[in-house]
Formats: sequence, structure tokens, C-alpha cells
Amino acid sequence: MAENASAVNIPANGFQLSSLWLDQKYRSITLQVIAAVLLLSFIGMIVNNTVKNLEILGIDPGYDFLGDPSSYDISQHLIEYNSTSPHWKAGVVGLLNTLLVSLFGIVTATIIGFLVGVFRLSKNWLVSRISYVYIEITRNVPLLLQILLWYGITVHSLPKPKQALEPASNFFLSNRGLFMPKPVFESAMWLVVAAFIVAVVAAIWYAKRAHKLQDETGKISPVLTVGASLILGLPLLAFFVSGMPVSFDIPELKGFNYKGGMAIKPEFMALWFALSMYTGAFIAEIVRAGIVSISHGQTEASYSLGIKPSWTMRLVVLPQALRVIIPPLISQYLNITKNSSLAIAVGYMDVVATIGGITLNQTGRALECMSIVLTTYLLISLGISAVMNWYNKRVALVER
Amino acid sequence: MVETKTHAPGAHPAMPAPLATSGVIKWAKDNLFSSPLNVAITFVVAYLLFKIIPPLLDWFIFDAVVDATSRNECEEKGDGACWAVIKVRFSQFIYGFYPENLRWRVNLAFILLIVALVPVLFDNVPHRTKALIFSALYPIIAFFLLWGGLGLEPVESAKFGGFMLTVTIGVAGIVLSLPLGILLALGRQSTMPLIHWICVIFIEAMRGVPLITLLFIASTLLNYFLPPGTNFDLLLRVIIMVTLFASAYMAEVIRGGLAAIPKGQYEAADAMGLKYWQATRLIVMPQALKISIPGIVNTFIGLYKDTTLVLIIGLLDPLGLGQSVLADSKWQALSDEIYVFIAVGFFLSCFAMSRYSLYLEKKLHTGH
Repeated sequence: MAENASAVNIPANGFQLSSLWLDQKYRSITLQVIAAVLLLSFIGMIVNNTVKNLEILGIDPGYDFLGDPSSYDISQHLIEYNSTSPHWKAGVVGLLNTLLVSLFGIVTATIIGFLVGVFRLSKNWLVSRISYVYIEITRNVPLLLQILLWYGITVHSLPKPKQALEPASNFFLSNRGLFMPKPVFESAMWLVVAAFIVAVVAAIWYAKRAHKLQDETGKISPVLTVGASLILGLPLLAFFVSGMPVSFDIPELKGFNYKGGMAIKPEFMALWFALSMYTGAFIAEIVRAGIVSISHGQTEASYSLGIKPSWTMRLVVLPQALRVIIPPLISQYLNITKNSSLAIAVGYMDVVATIGGITLNQTGRALECMSIVLTTYLLISLGISAVMNWYNKRVALVER
Repeated sequence: MVETKTHAPGAHPAMPAPLATSGVIKWAKDNLFSSPLNVAITFVVAYLLFKIIPPLLDWFIFDAVVDATSRNECEEKGDGACWAVIKVRFSQFIYGFYPENLRWRVNLAFILLIVALVPVLFDNVPHRTKALIFSALYPIIAFFLLWGGLGLEPVESAKFGGFMLTVTIGVAGIVLSLPLGILLALGRQSTMPLIHWICVIFIEAMRGVPLITLLFIASTLLNYFLPPGTNFDLLLRVIIMVTLFASAYMAEVIRGGLAAIPKGQYEAADAMGLKYWQATRLIVMPQALKISIPGIVNTFIGLYKDTTLVLIIGLLDPLGLGQSVLADSKWQALSDEIYVFIAVGFFLSCFAMSRYSLYLEKKLHTGH
């Protein structure tokens, strides 16, 4: 060995300048130093350019402008807001709007997705074909186009407030949005809330007891029925006993639009509808793949053990399918949140439209505004991927 | 008297299957009326289809107006869709404001694109290796055809629009992001911590933000990052951002391909004495890329659909043009027609691509 080393003329354990590149031990360090130098000089160049550009434009970078009054209105605000509120508050309103439409979209897209995914596997040819057509059409048309299409249909094809459709009593659908009664709670409402909490606690206690009973004696108790009737029944009972402590603020037509009640604006409707339909199609494919991935032997084994079909689905197929379904499902949720940024196209005021749109245009603080928007989205996606990692770890198969 | 026929044992000819167990009846019985619940579902769905489809067909075809010069004329002629707006503005939806006498260059670039794609997409083409050289050169040829130069009259990119713009951004994005994605995927697998982390942070940051914010950066911020006084084309800035965005997704697709290659392949390459880049180029990448092609096609479909977002920063893709047509007082409020037309355009191309990717998945799935 020692002869070999001297043959290639490298002193044992010695170091030459050339071994920075030729010796694997040092080469990775050399490469990383080069990468670090390149990266730092690239960043340095950008920072340098930015500073110079800002000097030329006479902008003093900083986030002080967030305290100035925003002087623009936002039609949908979940917290107190008007045009004298500061910019940061406009940002919070926008963020809440982003989260609101994402949450609504996630719920409806999940429902649509699971339904269509199961329909797609239906033995009924018509049902499975229609699901297929729905999936292919919505997946292959850009989301932005769908949002604009639904917005166009709401604004141009729905009647004016005076001829509003009334799909249910006191619900008014017109080109100004969907107006509906707003529940106003009286003070006795706390009784109903308390009854609900008691019911949930009781249901959990009952489920635990039933589990224990089954472990000890093998007797199976009707957990689902008892739990559901507790959670639904007790608050209803409290509601009627306390004398129905709810009144409704019913929307009324005044002039050209409705006043009072709750309103879902056309922008929100179009965005929500399009997001749910679009993502629902993706979720349907995920659900289908998940169910198909469970081998038929599992179902057969379960039947041969005498487990009835509905339990087979619930106890054998679904738990295994969910392991396949949930990770891509969560990344679809992340997609909904990111795609809700298309709100700006129909004028729904989300975080991109407020801070990244009007505030940016008014103050000219492109650098600060965009950094806020980007950080917001990065934090949301970091949060969602943390949930995903936690879940993956929890359900990871314990292999031999 | 009925004539009876006798057959020797075993010589009876095969009889046709009973009517109820073959053909249409059997199919309908199995697929539409297999249980009482299914019968009910079939009838409900059929009724709903009967309610929905005829009015839609009326709107689309039977009551639609194709020849008209304004929306009012359309309304006089029929109460269906007013396709006249598409007919009048059709060439704009395809070429945007590209000068009319130079549109042959766009057509030529598109035909050459198909020629360049064939050897990439199908591996049983004659003279494939030679054809692939043309495919590799295609982006340069297309650039000169579209933007001009080399003796061709230059065209500003502000004149680009319509589906031509969509295809330009999509193809440029995918061609440029593929090599970048390969490098990022390799970097993410690297054992050098610094390289690994740079790639991870870049990929996750790009995947964590919506494309629209990156396009905003392209339109508002990118000028801050460049030396003072430089100001270049908005379309190029958009292509850069789209490329960076797509390369992060591409990197993840290729990482999946790399992960699918058995460890034995790496070890065999090492045992042959191949260096890192040799092993990557000759052993690892050909296999990894082949596995990743369906994923790459899917990324492209996503990117192609996402190009519609450029409307928000003011480029005139089909949607952007549609909105400018809607602002024209002659054609106001025809949003349904315009959006449906664009949707059909996107659907046809995306559906074809997703079919191709499915075909490829089936072909690559050589069974276990």
C-alpha cells in the first residue's frame, strides 16, 4: 500500500494544493466553498443593486408605512375595518379573507371529492361516466378561467335584486350575491352551547366505556347511534326548553339592493365555487386511487371472517385507504390556499389583493409589501407541511 | 309435428348464448339495472340529463348565432350563444397583436414545434438520434422566428398574445426548467450539506408560494434587483419567473424518478469505476428521466394552465384578450361565450396531453 501511494507521488497523509480538487476528502469542501462564495456574491449583488435603486428612487426602506391610514375600502371584512384603518389592518383583513375562502373551499372540495371519487367507482355506468366527464373537464381547464366563468355567470346571468330568485324562504339569490337571514342570538343561547359541550363530553365517555366493555365481554354497544343522538338531541332539547333564544335578521329589498341579513358576495361565491369544483376533481382522483389501491383480498378476508360489508368498509378498507389518501389530500389543501390568491382577478380582497395590490400601488413599497405576502404564504405552507409530516410519521407502516 | 334432431354424445353444436346474458340487454342489466337502488339511480340521473342537456345544446348549437357584427344583432337573430364574437376576433385569440404579414413565422414555429416534439414523445421514430438534435436546436430556431433577428424583422414581445403567447411561455418554461430541475434534484440528493440545503430551501420556497406572487415580483420587483438603468422585456421577466417556479416542481418529479432507481445501479456504476458525472449521465439519468416523463408531462400541463395567470400582470393571453373584448361596447357582457371558447381550447390541448401521459404510464409499467 505504501508503495502504491509513493507511486502516484502523493506523500502519505500529505497535502498538496492539487488534492483540493483531486482528493475526494477535500473536493466536497472545495466545492462547497465555491458554492458559498458564488451564492454570497449573488446575494451581495442583488442587495447592492436594490440599495442603489432605492436611493435613486428616493425610497427609504422600512415597514413604518404599515401604520398609515389605508384610505381604501374592503367590502368583505371579518373584523372592524374602514378606510381610515392602517395598512397592516387591511393586510389582516386580507389574510382572514384568504383563510375564510380557503377553509370553505377545503370543506366543500373534500365533500365533492369523496362523493365523486366513490361515484367514479360506482357499478352504475351512467354515474361513473358522468363523474369521469366532470373530473376531466374541470381538471383540464385553467382554474383562473373557471373563476372568471362563474363570476361572469353570477354577474351577467343571475337576475337583478328586484327579480331575485328565492331558492328557500328568505334566501335571495341575485347578481349582487346570496342574501340570507342572519341569526341573532339572545342571552339564553349559552344554555344551548353548554348543552352541546355536555353532550360531547358524555358521548366521549360513553364511547370509552363501550370500548372497555367490548374488550372485557365482547359485547358491542351502539356507540354511533347513542353518540349522535346525544350530540344532536341535547342541544335541541335545551334550545326548545329555553324558549328558542334565536331571532333572524331578514334581508329586505331597499332601493337597488338588499339590506340586513348576511350576504355572500358574487366574488366570494365565484371563487369558492370554482376552487371547490376544481380541487374536488383532483381529490376525487386521489380518493379513487386510494380505494383501488387496497387489494381485493382484504375485503374477501374480512368477509370470510364474518364481518358485515358496512363494517368491512369502516374497519378494514377505509383505514388502509386513508393512509394512501391523506398525504396527497393535504397537499391539495395547500393548493387551495395558494390558488385562493387568484381572488385578485375577480376583486375578492385577499392578502395578495390588499397588501400586494392596493397597498403596494398606493405606497410604492414593492419590496416590503411583496416580502410580507411571500412570508405569509411560506408560513401557511410550512404549517401545512408540518401537519403532513406529523401525520406521515404517525401512520408510517411499522415494517419488520 | 316438430322435427327433433338427435346428436351423438359430444357432437352437439354450440348454441348461441341466451338473449338475456349477452349483448346490449346483458350490458344494460349489469351496468344500469343491477339492483333496485341502481334502477332508481339510473332513472333519476337520466331524468336530470334530459332536463339539462337539451337546453345546453340549444344554447351551444341550435339557437346560436355565428354571423353578426355586434351583440345586439346576435340577440335579434337568436337567443343562444353569440359565437359571432369569436368568429370576428378569432385570429386575435390565436396570434394576439402579432403583425399580420409576419404571422407565417408563428405558424412555421408551431409546425416545427410538432416536428421537434415527435422524436421526444415517441421512441419508435426512424432516425431518432438525428431528429433529437433538431429537437435540441428547436428553442433557438423558435426564438429567432418569434422575436426576429438574423435578417428577420424584429417583433416586440408586447405584440405577442392569444394562444400563441400561452404556448410560448409554456414551452419556454418547460424547456428551460428541465435542466434546472435536474440540477436541483441532483443537488437535493447531494451529500454536501451546503449544496443540499441551498437546493432544499429553493425548492420549498418556490413550492410554498403561489405563482401569482412570483409574477408580481417579475412585474414590480425584478427591476430593483438589476443594476440601475437596466430594463428588459416583461415577457422575458415572466418567462424567468415561470421557469424558476416550474423548475422546483420539476426537481421534485425527477427526485421521484431518482428514488425509483435501485441502489444496485449506483453501486454497479461505482464498481465500473465511473466518476460521478459519468455515472449520472450514462447510468442514472437516462433511467430516472424515463420514469419521470409522465410526471414531467403533468408538470407541463399544470404550467400550461398556469400561463393564464399572466393576465393579472397585464399580458394578453387568451383570457386577457377576452377581457379586452368584453370591454368593447359592441360585444359587452358576452363573457360566457368567450370563456367557454377559451375553455374548450385549453381542454382539448390539456386532455390530449393527459391522455399521452397515461399512455406513457401504461407503456412504462412493464409489470411485476
